[in-house]
Amino acid sequence: MSKTVTQGVPEASAAARPRSATPPDLSITTLGPLLALLIAGLFFTTQSDRFLTGPNMSLVVQQVMVVGTLAIGQTLVILTAGIDLSNGAVMALGTIVMTSLAVNAGLPAGLAIIIGLLVCAAFGVLNGLLVTRLRLPPFIVTLGTLNIAFALTHIYSREQTISNLPDLMTLFGNTFRVGQTNVTYGSVLAIVLFVVAWYLLAHTAVGRHIYALGNNPEAARLTGINTRRLLLGVYTVAGLIYGVAGLLLVARTSVGDPNAGQTDNLDSITAVVLGGTSLFGGRGGVIGTLIGALIVGVFRNGLQLIGVASIYQVLITGILVILAVAVDQIARRRVA
Amino acid sequence: MVSSWFPRPLPTGRPGRAVLGLAVVPLLLAACSSGGAGSSAPASSSGGAAATSAPAAAATNGAISVGLITKTETNPFFVKMKEGADKEAAAKGAKLVSAAGKFDGDNQGQVTAIENMVTAGVKGIMITPSDTKAIVPSIKKARDAGVLVIALDTPTEPQDATDALFATDNKQAGVLIGQYAKAAMAGKPAKIATLDLAPGISVGVLRHDGFLQGFGIPNSDPQVVCSQDTQGDQAKGQAAMETCLQKDPSINLVYTINEPAALGANTALKAAGKDKDVMIVSVDGGCTGVRAVKDGTIAATSQQYPLKMASMGVDAVVDFAQSGKKPSGYTDTGVTLITDKPQTGVDAKDTAFGLDNCWG
Repeated sequence: MSKTVTQGVPEASAAARPRSATPPDLSITTLGPLLALLIAGLFFTTQSDRFLTGPNMSLVVQQVMVVGTLAIGQTLVILTAGIDLSNGAVMALGTIVMTSLAVNAGLPAGLAIIIGLLVCAAFGVLNGLLVTRLRLPPFIVTLGTLNIAFALTHIYSREQTISNLPDLMTLFGNTFRVGQTNVTYGSVLAIVLFVVAWYLLAHTAVGRHIYALGNNPEAARLTGINTRRLLLGVYTVAGLIYGVAGLLLVARTSVGDPNAGQTDNLDSITAVVLGGTSLFGGRGGVIGTLIGALIVGVFRNGLQLIGVASIYQVLITGILVILAVAVDQIARRRVA
Repeated sequence: MVSSWFPRPLPTGRPGRAVLGLAVVPLLLAACSSGGAGSSAPASSSGGAAATSAPAAAATNGAISVGLITKTETNPFFVKMKEGADKEAAAKGAKLVSAAGKFDGDNQGQVTAIENMVTAGVKGIMITPSDTKAIVPSIKKARDAGVLVIALDTPTEPQDATDALFATDNKQAGVLIGQYAKAAMAGKPAKIATLDLAPGISVGVLRHDGFLQGFGIPNSDPQVVCSQDTQGDQAKGQAAMETCLQKDPSINLVYTINEPAALGANTALKAAGKDKDVMIVSVDGGCTGVRAVKDGTIAATSQQYPLKMASMGVDAVVDFAQSGKKPSGYTDTGVTLITDKPQTGVDAKDTAFGLDNCWG
């Protein structure tokens, strides 16, 4: 499988060639965001002695892990030149299904979690089928499923927050100690997901196919990639990842909240874009996305520590997003 | 094959990528340092309150810092609340740190704000919970870390999840306008529309029930011909009133959860040519609302005092930091009926008083 790619893609699309030479996430485009993150960190370290401490760093990771995990799925979709507006709503539906089945219907927690994850994956399948079979634009498809998932969440939950969750459901909110620092299992799971997704994208045939598809779908198809099946797979895996994000959210807040996730679709796109992944597909990767999510988290946390109202984090995020996209565009234009 | 969601730029080979990648670095560098400086400058110039004038020193110079977490940044009610907290903090030599959810109902955002404030070393947090149940575990964590937590305006569920609650008696706010409406109707048969908040939100339920109690009818009374949710939003209030008029054009009394909903309802009534025959009563006492009472759009409104909630909250936190004394239970921050057409037997103040004490 990987043989056909390494031979096929360069012939079909010159654009894909550098990709196979350098692993996508270690490319120089990740350095900009990384530098921004480091400088922000440095700034806050000089301004507050509470910033660069183990517990606070652990807190920042906890605070970005839900959006970060959503953004892994979003990265996969955006790499195929798609977009997923439904992820926050799908996640919220997953959390309500999980918590309601366990608390209100009395199902064993493990089974309830699995059903919740499957519901999210099913929405991924639905998105994927609509994109590949009916050839509808992902923007419209996921705008539709966003509303469907949102409505189902509110109908199914009857607008009620679900609390008193079984212990298994909040397992990922539990912590273990590293020195003086409490780290949640959820943070570890999120990091593991990032590493797995990075490996998948950078070092497997499927990963290269995803980049090829995002760069030039027609060329990818001509090299023998089953692009429909690949896309369906991407949306399905993304859906499943949203379910995991839901599990992390439940663990973090200890409740099933029907109002959760309403801005998480845009927040996840923000993380992806800040991390240097191109909205036009085919360029970027999940390490950048992790950095993007951390940039938002570091500003939110750091500004609070130095006593600046949180609205300035939103302002700064807006500026950085425009910068990141502008850099991507200028890069493309110059090269073209 | 793959439909892109917006136009794809020209295909690119990328020989120049490394060079351009390098160009990213100084750009982001500049963005970052200016972002950092810019972030503290506006805070210190806005409002000129001492609370935010030295953000860099917040954690280090020993002043008592107080957190305020509102539902949103933009609602005038919360803007006034923040103003009250800012002023009182300045007067007491304390520092105010504020944060808010992104939208009404954003629990995650409030959870994050609580965590960051606890890390920042605040002595106490005042919060208007967006989701009264979902926020409880996070409040517990803050209290376990020794932080005083006071709910403002909206109680948590259960109410004793916070150390104290400083809020309007929302039931009483409803009762006042219910009694007023009963007296103003002077025995005429009433056809009532209630423009409510949203299902399951205690503030809305309390005001609604209070109104009916003041009017002297049970919840299922046939005089209530239409009930719609508005989320306290003007456009949704208008739509709700339009729907209610479709249902029963003879409606002659409208209870509204707040003044934006009331103004929306008035727009709908005007369009139907009924604004002169229908009485609207409301709750809040925002400046726009009181002016609407003055010009007769709204017959009467129950005014509440967000500034007072916040300044009492700051006092309580400062007191706790200095003496270790914790406030407890519920403190009523007061509510006043505002109208220019007083009815006998119902205590009220006029709109001049209302405008002196309004918010927003």
